[in-house]
Amino acid sequence: MKRLVTGWILLLVLVAFLVLGVTLVHPFGYPNTSDMDDYMIENSQEETGSNNVVAAVLFDYRGLDTLGEATILFTAVTGVLLLLRVSKRKEESS
Amino acid sequence: MLSKIVRTVTNGFIPFIIIFGLYIIAHGHLTPGGGFQGGAVVVSGIVMLLVAFNSQELKKSLRERVLSIMESSGALIFIILAFAGIGTVFFYNLLVGSPIFGRIPPTGPNLGDIWTGGVIPLMNLAVGIKVIAGLSAVVLALALFSGGEEVEE
Repeated sequence: MKRLVTGWILLLVLVAFLVLGVTLVHPFGYPNTSDMDDYMIENSQEETGSNNVVAAVLFDYRGLDTLGEATILFTAVTGVLLLLRVSKRKEESS
Repeated sequence: MLSKIVRTVTNGFIPFIIIFGLYIIAHGHLTPGGGFQGGAVVVSGIVMLLVAFNSQELKKSLRERVLSIMESSGALIFIILAFAGIGTVFFYNLLVGSPIFGRIPPTGPNLGDIWTGGVIPLMNLAVGIKVIAGLSAVVLALALFSGGEEVEE
């Protein structure tokens, strides 16, 4: 009984916290500071020559991030091939 | 190996899927998409082949060595293009204004021109090669690893 009451209280506190958090989120599409977005939307076509602003951000302004992404893919592929090859060799030897 | 209907439909669809994926890669600087997305589309076609046919069958045409060379060369081209602009800053877009992919579009909405974007289309191509080779190698390795009990119909 006591545990049930405690659980209900915890649930109510959690729900109240989440509802409060949802109401306090700032409106969608209106960031607090939009200087960087405005700069990229206005100048990316002129500076990078790319019509697609997302591609301009991915491969030019934030290229280092894409390099990390490609490294993650490379590591994942290497790991999968390495693991599966080892297990295949074990089967052959046994 | 699945039934003849599935195999025939797959054979008919594969060219279109691969061409669509290559289109997304090549037009990454004009339309939504790019190297990662177009590569995933091409690999979805390869997964379709893998489902319709045997993984042993597919292994004959997709060699692991070729795939690993493709993936490594894609990564190398990407890094070399990034280092090409090291004179100014890492990842500097040095091809803007040059004859290769150097045209500058007017600001605002406009009809796309394929010869724009500087180094971005080349990087899209490198990443596309890398994603195609890497993901198809992973899918093929998983299929071969779990192979043996193929669905017979």
